[in-house]
Amino acid sequence: MGVGIEVRGLNAWYGKNLALKSIDMTVAANHVTAVIGPSGCGKSTFVRCLNRMHETIPEARAEGLVKVGDMEVYGDGTDPVEIRRRIGMVFQKPNPFPTMSIYDNVAAGLRLNGFRNRKQMDELVERSLKLAALWDEVKDMLHKKSGASLSGGQQQRLCIARSLAVEPEVLLMDEPASALDPISTSKIEELIFQLKQHYTVVIVTHNMQQAARVAEFTGFFLMGSLIEYDKTEKIFTTPADKRTEDYITGRFG
Amino acid sequence: MRSRFQQGLDELKEKLLRMGGLAEQSIDRATEAYRTRDAKFCQMVFTSEADINESERVIDELALDLLAMQQPMAVDLRFILAVVKINADLERVGDQAVNIAQRVLDLISEPEVPLPVDIPRMAASVTTMVQRALESFLDGKAEIAEAVLQMDNVVDRMKDEAFVVLVQKMMSDPHVTRAALNELLIARNLERIADHATNIAEDVIFWVRGADVRHGGAHYRS
Amino acid sequence: MLKKPGDASTLKLSLWRRGMNQAANAFAIGAAILVIVPLMAIFIYLLIKGVGALNWAFLTQTPKPVGEAGGGMANAIVGSGVILGIASVIGIPMGIGCGIYLAEYGRGRFGDLVRFTADVLNGVPSIVIGIAVYSLIVLRQKHFSAFSGGIALSVMMIPTVARATEEMLLMVPNNVREAALGLGIPKWRTTLSISLRTASAGVITGCMLAFARVAGETAPLLFTAFGNQYWNMNLNQPTAALPLQIFTYAISPFDEWHKQAWAGALILIVMIVAAVAAVRITTSRGALKGAS
Repeated sequence: MGVGIEVRGLNAWYGKNLALKSIDMTVAANHVTAVIGPSGCGKSTFVRCLNRMHETIPEARAEGLVKVGDMEVYGDGTDPVEIRRRIGMVFQKPNPFPTMSIYDNVAAGLRLNGFRNRKQMDELVERSLKLAALWDEVKDMLHKKSGASLSGGQQQRLCIARSLAVEPEVLLMDEPASALDPISTSKIEELIFQLKQHYTVVIVTHNMQQAARVAEFTGFFLMGSLIEYDKTEKIFTTPADKRTEDYITGRFG
Repeated sequence: MRSRFQQGLDELKEKLLRMGGLAEQSIDRATEAYRTRDAKFCQMVFTSEADINESERVIDELALDLLAMQQPMAVDLRFILAVVKINADLERVGDQAVNIAQRVLDLISEPEVPLPVDIPRMAASVTTMVQRALESFLDGKAEIAEAVLQMDNVVDRMKDEAFVVLVQKMMSDPHVTRAALNELLIARNLERIADHATNIAEDVIFWVRGADVRHGGAHYRS
Repeated sequence: MLKKPGDASTLKLSLWRRGMNQAANAFAIGAAILVIVPLMAIFIYLLIKGVGALNWAFLTQTPKPVGEAGGGMANAIVGSGVILGIASVIGIPMGIGCGIYLAEYGRGRFGDLVRFTADVLNGVPSIVIGIAVYSLIVLRQKHFSAFSGGIALSVMMIPTVARATEEMLLMVPNNVREAALGLGIPKWRTTLSISLRTASAGVITGCMLAFARVAGETAPLLFTAFGNQYWNMNLNQPTAALPLQIFTYAISPFDEWHKQAWAGALILIVMIVAAVAAVRITTSRGALKGAS
């Protein structure tokens, strides 16, 4: 089951450049939350702060309260690696491990964290591939084909399965469908809708119609600040802030 | 992309206002027909009915295209939705004007009977309501629309008074029944036009404020 | 102003273009042949000169004393194998480790220093390395050994392996690393199990290049392994090696020994080719369909 995320006063820097300004946001458990905004508004930075991927960039740092469930992401003594096990991430460009088979890709997270039981691993791999709506297409070639030999849409679903295999509570998706064709995009969106039963999903997207189709809550970012955060229907029919309205009606950005 | 969309929105507004003008004109002509007892005004009302119906079709089609092609959001989406609804109301207004013209034709065919009911006064109120409602749409001003909502009560009262008076007259003097019934029906048609004007005003408020004020309440999205 | 097709001048232009294209192709093919020809020539020459002295005795016996006929280079063949084994066991892990450091962590001044040092080390003459190991190890121990020979050769392997590892690791796209980090895999594990694994083909090539290079080095072994007429299984004693043996026999005045030197050279080449081929076959067997 998914957990909620509480963010209070989150600031993030790239070197001296303040990229996120005191963000306050509450993400609801077992719902899909979209983060929208023009290029450079900080939406990707925000999401990467949730699982401490932001600090893997040289000279980048973040401060503030981020609570995922009962776990303080930036607490003293919290291990970033542990955080990333509990918060999964799917990236814009599908990135399966190139030298590994489909099975090995999905099992990578498990294996490299010391998991050994072969039978359980088989079950988890199957479950993850089913959750990612990829099982039927690859079940006969799990060990024979490499991850990189699949089509773009299949690769992305493979990456989703890989993230799900370690059984996270939260799934972060950074523009997961932007490199895909419309049919693959539609499959991924359908998948996201199904996933929220088990996980909390935060999705960054520059495609507003996608946010409207897929998310129950939407947050609008502009120049490092969270301008408005509300139910998706409200944001897209009667937004409270003029800047939000200007963005979603295409008057800028 | 925005400018092409904006052109579409502007075109919608322009067409709707033109249709509003046609509807207003029909009301005026029907009223004039009643006042002057001249059948030619009734004829004009019947002729422009086709124009009004065609307008309704064109506007609905344009709105549908904009919805499909431009995926409008927020205020733009509310605007298009409001246009579609106002479109339907204006077409009904046209129908009511035709109904009035038909009643007038029947009145004209009989000798004039004086009746204690002031149709022209009621028509003037109703015309004002329609004018103000369209004005609120033109300017996007919710305050003007709210004023229209207030006027509906006045027209309703006028219709109720006419009913009482005319029924009494019909009971006391059965010879005037035909004329009285015609006038009663005209009063009712006018009251219906006033209702449509109220609907238009509510739609404008929805567009401008995002609030659903229909049926006497005010619902904002929470 | 684009010329229309069918113009007389465009026809000339396209003919010229085609001619240039073919000339460039011919040049490229010619250059490739030019590279292969000397290699083939050497191999064939070795074959002709050396196959005569190749016999079972050559492969199984130790050298006979001066003047006597027969004998072989068995101890040198085995000795070379042992010394190269020691060199690889020391040089390859250190080289890969250094390469990992440079690629994943070595962005600052220290990294630049290490890189510079590796490049310089690459250019140091092999005899200088031999002398250095001689003074540092052989003099201290007061005896020659296979061990010191292995160390000298490993020093020569490290820069090649390190630079190859670094280059191949840098070619691993960053989003693959991110994918691993995002799964909650610690950085060290990501580097070893994901980055290195992805770069493995290139890293192995780098190791084989280093191996092939040091397999034929004679100068460093002169003062370290020193050579031996007899069988020696003790790593701490002077040991025979093929390049040393070939050198000794080649500059001798005896015809018999000259013939054996040719055979030795042939065996050395065959050993190197066999080692490289073996590695290629075993690593490609694990490859998957469609894996890059």
